[in-house]
Amino acid sequence: MEPFDFIEIKVPAKPEYVGVVRLSTSGVANRMGFSYEDIEDLKVAISEAITNAVKHAYKESDEGDITIGFGVYQDRLEIMVADHGGSFDLSNVKEDIGPYQQNDAIEDLREGGFGLFLIDALMDKVEISSRYGVIVLMTKYLHENEVGQDGDQISTTQ
Amino acid sequence: MNLTIDVTNKEHKSVVTLSGEIDAFTAPKLKEELLPLTKDEGKTVEVDLNNVNYMDSTGLGVFISALKSTKEHNSELKLVHMQERVHRLFKITGLTEIMNIDSTVQGGI
Repeated sequence: MEPFDFIEIKVPAKPEYVGVVRLSTSGVANRMGFSYEDIEDLKVAISEAITNAVKHAYKESDEGDITIGFGVYQDRLEIMVADHGGSFDLSNVKEDIGPYQQNDAIEDLREGGFGLFLIDALMDKVEISSRYGVIVLMTKYLHENEVGQDGDQISTTQ
Repeated sequence: MNLTIDVTNKEHKSVVTLSGEIDAFTAPKLKEELLPLTKDEGKTVEVDLNNVNYMDSTGLGVFISALKSTKEHNSELKLVHMQERVHRLFKITGLTEIMNIDSTVQGGI
């Protein structure tokens, strides 16, 4: 099996922890050598995933946790976001995602409909499972031309 | 990880200066401040995003509600001094088509 480091964080399913997870993600991605732009993309994607989990999974009670797992590989970062608070109707959610189209009426615009669309747009690969709660697995690849990966070579260029 | 909201009211214009991050935690507060301003007929609500260094879809949602409200109340919403990273989200989601966004994007391409 491919070697990787695994980091796990568990936070209460509350909006005030979205920023905490965002900062942690930024730290992990920075450690791995992701570019500034990619780190910003990761910050939005992870925040969207946590926001979804906070909104959908715990509508009825304020309790529950969200588990975030980071798989740190040589060439990529895999992030798993899991809530165990029940699942939302995935096919419903999927139908609802997409960018604004010119013929859409402004009155019909979904105020909360861009989350999954943004995750999909900003990450390289996204998988969603709703079998046990909702699990979002998203992957972003390191582009090797930006940072020298070779151990005996020090890259000074950005 | 917080958002500061500063509102200056002039005769036909309100300037909302934001500083910080707009996410699931801070967006409700912004919505609460911004929406009432859009309910005055003929008013221009200008939102200065110069110091907003992070925003996600929760922020887009607030601006969509504000835009809807301006159509209802015959007022106007303007987003100015938007940073390039934030502007990118409006572009990806296609919202640049309907939002009045100042073209001089900060650090823009």
